[in-house]
Amino acid sequence: MNAFKHALVILARYGIFVALAIEFVLFSFLSPHFFDLGNQVNVLHQNAPILVLAVGMTFVILTAGIDLSVGSVVALTAVVTAQIAVGDWAPVGVRIVGALIGGGIVGAICGCLNGLVITKVRIPPFVATLAMMLIAKGAVLVYTNARTISGLPDEFGAIGQSSLPHALFHIVTTLALFAIAWVILRFTPFGKHVYAVGNNPEAAHLCGIRVSMVLIGVYLLCGSLAGVGGLMLSTQLNSGDPKLGELDELEAIAAVVVGGTSLMGGRGSVWGTLAGGLLIAYLKNYLTLEGLPFFWQKIVVGVALILAAFLDRFRTEE
Amino acid sequence: MTTRAALEAHAVTKIFPGVKALDGVTLEVRAGEVHALVGENGAGKSTLVKVLGGAHAPDEGRVTLDGVPLPHGDPVAARRAGIGIIYQEFTLVPELTVAENIFLGREARGPFKRGPFLRGADMVRDARAILEKLGADLDPRTYVKRLSVGAQQQVEIARALASDARVLVFDEPSATLTDQELTRLFETIRELRSRGIAIVYISHRLEEVFDLADRVTVLRDGKHVVTTEIDGVTRTQLIHWMVGRELEDEYAFRPREHGETVLQVESLSDGARIRDVSFTLQRGEVLGFAGLVGSGRTESALSLFGRLPRTSGTAALCGEPIDFTHPAQALKRGLGYLTEDRKKHGIFGDLSVAENITVSNLFDYRTGPFVSSRRQLAAADAACKTFDVRTSGVDKKIAKLSGGNQQKALLARLLCRDLDVLILDEPTRGVDIGAKSEIYQLIYDLADRGMGIVMISSDLPELLGTCDRIAVFAQGRTVGVVDRDGATQEKIMELAVSEDVA
Repeated sequence: MNAFKHALVILARYGIFVALAIEFVLFSFLSPHFFDLGNQVNVLHQNAPILVLAVGMTFVILTAGIDLSVGSVVALTAVVTAQIAVGDWAPVGVRIVGALIGGGIVGAICGCLNGLVITKVRIPPFVATLAMMLIAKGAVLVYTNARTISGLPDEFGAIGQSSLPHALFHIVTTLALFAIAWVILRFTPFGKHVYAVGNNPEAAHLCGIRVSMVLIGVYLLCGSLAGVGGLMLSTQLNSGDPKLGELDELEAIAAVVVGGTSLMGGRGSVWGTLAGGLLIAYLKNYLTLEGLPFFWQKIVVGVALILAAFLDRFRTEE
Repeated sequence: MTTRAALEAHAVTKIFPGVKALDGVTLEVRAGEVHALVGENGAGKSTLVKVLGGAHAPDEGRVTLDGVPLPHGDPVAARRAGIGIIYQEFTLVPELTVAENIFLGREARGPFKRGPFLRGADMVRDARAILEKLGADLDPRTYVKRLSVGAQQQVEIARALASDARVLVFDEPSATLTDQELTRLFETIRELRSRGIAIVYISHRLEEVFDLADRVTVLRDGKHVVTTEIDGVTRTQLIHWMVGRELEDEYAFRPREHGETVLQVESLSDGARIRDVSFTLQRGEVLGFAGLVGSGRTESALSLFGRLPRTSGTAALCGEPIDFTHPAQALKRGLGYLTEDRKKHGIFGDLSVAENITVSNLFDYRTGPFVSSRRQLAAADAACKTFDVRTSGVDKKIAKLSGGNQQKALLARLLCRDLDVLILDEPTRGVDIGAKSEIYQLIYDLADRGMGIVMISSDLPELLGTCDRIAVFAQGRTVGVVDRDGATQEKIMELAVSEDVA
């Protein structure tokens, strides 16, 4: 029993990376199709938007906050992007560049508003971002009347194609965002302040850290990355679908938590989030390959979440 | 009046990590008397109350009620046996009614003996009876959140009486009451005494003790000093018992030259806990802030530091007027503050020693936009040497260090920048003797370098041993400044417990 507990502690420390490696090897043996290049590219490409959302969510959760609005921001971005790209008001190149910039700005504005409401109006993140989730979603439905915007230029959809080499657009962008996030958290004053604020906000304030600015920065970042996620999804589908992003905020939170970042703040890393996100993505992919119905997959992922949280308990007790 | 002992604590000892909070303390309270319990901050009064109420289990000794020993560390058993404690912080639930609070945990239930529903009408009726006996004019159906502090205290008392308390312990009941509410409380206590209830009354205000108590017990440093009838005891005698220990020279005070005035504060006020605070501080001077808990010392410091707002008054740092709204501004201008609550407001427990030391000025360790780990670690290493922070490595979590070393690390964090004034709030609290002397030496070194130091402490001998002058606070005001020569604990206590300083 003691040896078992010891093993759990070790597993918990490097937990998520070990678990990901075991899962990867196991699925490669169990399924003849899992290790295929095509399947691997497909998994990464398909999950790129969620992983990008999870990067932003990691920053927010490190400050002991939460952002429930990212799913709706994805929808809003997708619709705005599609609206700019569609029609023939300008040469196609201008429309696409305008769409990408416009989408990013929408995400940034939503995130910035979240940060302002949380720090200046002093509303808890859960409530503030819940409100933003409703408002952004409502705006999307009002604007589109729940209809999908289609007829986007092929060049736009090409950015989001799932076959090589186009798929590299999203995969490389995602990995680059993880690397940049890691550099920010590890090597910049802002990143270190994020950990300090999450660990002990009052001590951070007394240290002379501008806690409000850190929080606004974090939500701004999370919203902007939700914008990027929305861009990715709209290019993947080559349309502006108001239903996009639904429940994506919960998947992003799941990736962060499975990746070992504490909901209490101050502890965790983006690499953990990447591993957590991939762990869930591979699990779903394997279940699909084995032909398990989509609805059953949700149940399996739910059980996996509890297992991950259970392992995390050993790390906190350590 | 009977002379039978109702509640007795026999040779109670309670040890916390590093501190002997109670050392063989004996207390004997008779039915029908008001027994005052007095002592300085940290003398062990609150710990003794918690042992009586079963919140703490004593390491040695026992508590008996009418000769029957009470089980250790069992608050429910203590309450059932008839010991009611009225804590300074009320334990009422604001969102429930008076009656519901009085019977919380012992609700009348129906329809059968232990049915699932509350018998609300019965509870209201019983609550009304208890409140009437207490002479409290309260509707049992009112929500507690709508009551004044004094009325809430009556509900607390009613709750204790509802469980047939024969001993009532009041832990500093007067701290938050208005004068009228206090008069009312005294009437209630005298009424309870006449009904044969034994009462323990804890207060900093000696006037109340002389007014109300029949006997008094004095604690000092966790030890029992004396128990005596209050008649015939003088105020000076009582204060001497409370503070009268010999000074040892663990402080090794060194006289210094003082420079020009570096901090000048005039009539500082926040309209609530700070009412009228004035003092001056010179370069090279160590100025003590003495006073009871809640006298406004910490609030004044936080207000100067930009953590709490102020409503009136002026302050000048190096001759320039200051009114900071964020600690960052204070630090930038050379005013530093070390928190009294190291764990809650000081350290980042999950971060390393190096991160903790460098966190407040990370911008100084940059190359381009990035923090250079090399320079950060080098700075932390150097700081650990300068301030003698003992750690097996600056990459270790700070939570693993001893209290003294954490405190030195926090000082190192503050002194990464050039400061003109440093305010230290209880810098030696929870620090062992050895590290204490080192911190004193550090303070003298800083003063030698021309810094002005403010030292807030509840440890009077420490203030007398280390400070050039001591400003005494009472109820949000500076009521006097005492020079090192001629300062005595008695003199400071007299000032600190002075009331109605207009």
